Order: sequence, then C-alpha cells, then structure tokens
Amino acid sequence: MSDLSTQKPVSSWSMVGKDPYSMPIEEIDLAHPGIWQKNEYLPFLKRLREEAPVHYCAKSATGPYWSVMKYRDIMEVDTSPDIYSSEPTISIVDSFEEFTLPSFIAMDPPKHDHQRRAVQGVVAPLNLKKLESVIRERAAKILDGLPVGVEFDWVEKVSIELTTQMLATLFDFPFEDRNKLTYWSDITTAIPGGGIVDTHEERWEALQDCLATFTKLWNDRINGEPGNDLISMLAHGDATKNMPPMEYLGNLLLLIVGGNDTTRNSITGGVLALNQFPEEYEKLRGDLALIPNMVSEIIRWQTPLAYMRRSVKIDTVLNGQHLKKGDKVVMWYASGNQDETVIDDPERLIIDRPNARRHLSFGFGLHRCMGNRLAEMQLRVMWEEIMTRFDKIEVKSEPKRIYSSFVKGYSELRVTLHSKL
Amino acid sequence: MVQILFKSHSGEEQWVDGETGSSLMQAAVSNGVAGIDADCGGSCSCATCHVFVDDPWLDRLESIDPNEDAMLGLSPDRCENSRLSCQVQITEELDGLVVSTPEFQF
Repeated sequence: MSDLSTQKPVSSWSMVGKDPYSMPIEEIDLAHPGIWQKNEYLPFLKRLREEAPVHYCAKSATGPYWSVMKYRDIMEVDTSPDIYSSEPTISIVDSFEEFTLPSFIAMDPPKHDHQRRAVQGVVAPLNLKKLESVIRERAAKILDGLPVGVEFDWVEKVSIELTTQMLATLFDFPFEDRNKLTYWSDITTAIPGGGIVDTHEERWEALQDCLATFTKLWNDRINGEPGNDLISMLAHGDATKNMPPMEYLGNLLLLIVGGNDTTRNSITGGVLALNQFPEEYEKLRGDLALIPNMVSEIIRWQTPLAYMRRSVKIDTVLNGQHLKKGDKVVMWYASGNQDETVIDDPERLIIDRPNARRHLSFGFGLHRCMGNRLAEMQLRVMWEEIMTRFDKIEVKSEPKRIYSSFVKGYSELRVTLHSKL
Repeated sequence: MVQILFKSHSGEEQWVDGETGSSLMQAAVSNGVAGIDADCGGSCSCATCHVFVDDPWLDRLESIDPNEDAMLGLSPDRCENSRLSCQVQITEELDGLVVSTPEFQF
C-alpha cells in the first residue's frame, strides 16, 4: 500500500513529535490524523481529560469544534439526541454538498428509526445463529491456509479476508468479487492524500461503480421473494423500498463500512494487544472460557472508531461549558475508553476485566452499533479457532497504522505463527 | 426484600431476592441471572436488559417513558409485554413478579 503520508511535508496542523504538556492547551487539535497514525495520541487525550474535559478547539483544518473527553460526558451526549443531533453528518469533516451520501447513522428520529428498523433484521440474533457455522467454517479454512513459522501480513491474510467474506454473505454479493466491498469501504472513509484516494472527485467516481453494481442487485432482488440478505431487505422494506438512489448508496456504504474495517481492526488489534501484554496471552491459554469477555475488552482497547460527531440543536451546558446551537461536538470514544476515573488501568488489556461490556466503542443510545453482536461473534469464533491451532501468533514488528483520526486501525501487521506442540 | 421469578428462554426458573428501590436489572445481575447483559450499566442506553413481563404484572408496573420506549424500539424481538429491566423499580407491590428473559439480547 502506498505510503504517501510519510513522504509529503508534514502539515502545519500536525502535532506529531510534540509534547501535549508543553504546548498551550488551546492549540491541541485531536482532529488531525498525524498523532493517531504515529500512535502518539494517548498523552493528548489524557491532558484534555485532566484539564479540559470539554475542550474547545478554535482553529483546525476542519473548523472549530468541542471535544468531549470523559466517559460520563460522552454518555450524556450520546443519549441526548434532542440536544445533540446526528444531522447533517457524524464526521468531523462537514460534508461537501455534491458528495453527500445520506444514511441513517446521520439522521435523527423519526426518519432514523424507520430506516434502522428496516435493516436491523439482517443482524438479528436468529440470523446470527444461522451465520455462526458459516463464520466458523470460513475462519477454519483461512487459518488452515496460513503459513507456519514464516512471516506474513495478518491484516491481509486474516483480518481483511474474514471480514470481507462476512460482508459478501450479508449482502449475498457475488463471492468472487468480494474484494470490491473492501475497496469501496476503504475509499468511503479515506482522507484524500492519505494513500488510498487523491481527491474527493476520485472517490466519487469510484463510488459510481459501487452504486451501479448495487442498483443492478436491487433490480434483480426486487422481483424475487424477500430474502435474508441486506439488499433484499432494503428492496422489500416499506420504509426503504422507495428510497432515492443516493440514500440507498449511503445506507449500503454505512453497512459495508460499519461491518468492515471496524471488525477487521479489532481482529488485528487483539493479536497486537496480546503480544503487548504476554501475561494476558498466558491467561487466555489457561482458560479459553475467557474468550467472550476478552472480545469485549479487545473492542474497548482498540476502539476501532475513535469518535462520533454531533451538532448542537439548542444552547446547552455540558460539564460547565456553554455550547451554542450549531456548534460541532466530538465524542472521543478513544478517550472515554481510557478514562481512568471509571476504568482501572485503562491502557492495559485485561482479558477478565469486570464490566468489560460497558465500553464506549459501540456507542450508546439510539445509534448504538447495530452490528455489535455480529462483530463480537466473529471475534469470538476467530479466537476459538485460533486457540485450537496455534500456541502463539508472534508479532514481528511495529504495525503500520492508518492515517485517520476516525478509523483507528492497521494496514499491516507482520506475524509468525507457532503451532501447538 | 421481594421475591422475583426469572424464567429463561429454555424454561429454567430462578427465584431471586430483589431489594426495594433498586431495579429489576440490578436484581438479575447481582444474583447471576443469565440472559441479561446490561451493557450500559443501567442508564436506559443499550436495550440489552430486555425482559418479557408475565400477566398480570405488566399493568402493575409504572408506565413506560418515551426514552425507554425509543430504546426498546431497537430490539427486533420487542413484544407487547417487553420492558427494559433497568427501568423497572422494585417495590413491595411487585413481590412475586414473574419475567422471562429473551433467547438473546440484541
């Protein structure tokens, strides 16, 4: 993958290499991807939690915004949709009109509720039960095909492969073309110039092909019996069967992105975390019944989406700060999940941590991640299959991280496998 | 203290003690009742403490408020007798309350 982000001159907005405690607190701008890619963000989050838990950044490449840093304040924002709207976007970057893709993640009730209800059946528990054996079969096949004792990229051979196959199944998408799903997902969240696309126009052009492909699938399915796949649900659901093409594309991409790099990066993150905390890996070997709890703890530790953004609907006060109508508010899940006032020793992976399910990574309230149980199931099954085969997945070098303050993930993780004796 | 019966999806029955003033969810969690996840810890923010309330108890509960109603709307398994157990306050009048847990929390 191209590494453009390290070749071009460092942006003046970047805080890479800076000490958060030696700069004026007003100059801290968490939105810039630099410190996230370099894995230097934790001390910045800590200083803001301690000194400015609701912090105003006046100057940023993406315009002024408030950062919400602490667990309880984030919960308050997330569960108050009457005050903190998800419209027009949940991204720090304000949408460009001509490139806007509406989806229910960026809608408020009542429209949000109608659209979400139309699709949530695809990840309903009964469907998950059916999917589990498919996931297990695929995880087994992927793991059995891996080289042992030889270095390879876990992201490419495992994390991307399993999640992409899963997506193809959810959409009943032609299996042999499944890599297109990954591609479209990656370009949706990519920052132009970060190594995946160069311009918004380039992204838009590529997404036209996505729309055309899915339009054809829609037309195929609308004439058939309602099926259990996402496209069929959208084509037959009362709230969604008449939706405009841009909204259809937006909701599709939402489900692709939601189900793609988040799960992918949690799979990779788990391997990395167990290597950074080898006593936890030992604990896992000693008691496989810890896997479900470990999955929640991995999702907390990784926090695959660092933030979600809201817009203030009416003047309000949050932890002593006065927020005005129209202000941009960013809930930093990556900070709330490290909040030492509610989580003990938060930088550590602790696979038997009590109350592990209380993490913020899925959000809370009406927009709580719809796919959360599917993600957990994929991770659980993957780890169950890993543990029967390998004594150790050994990380060989520092991972390559993604250039983003939103997607917290890895583009490469080189590992060597050690079989069980 | 009151007595509450939790019935699992597969038919197992478990009587627990519930402290008046605490929530039905807290009674479940502190007594190790399976099938209630309570991911948010009881703040009506996740809908994973979903229970089905047996007749005639449903009408004896305090009526559902808009926040609970909105969150219950997230559950594809929602029925007429669905409640979020973190929003059900235990009182003396609920001695003998019978609820069932769903097969899955969503």
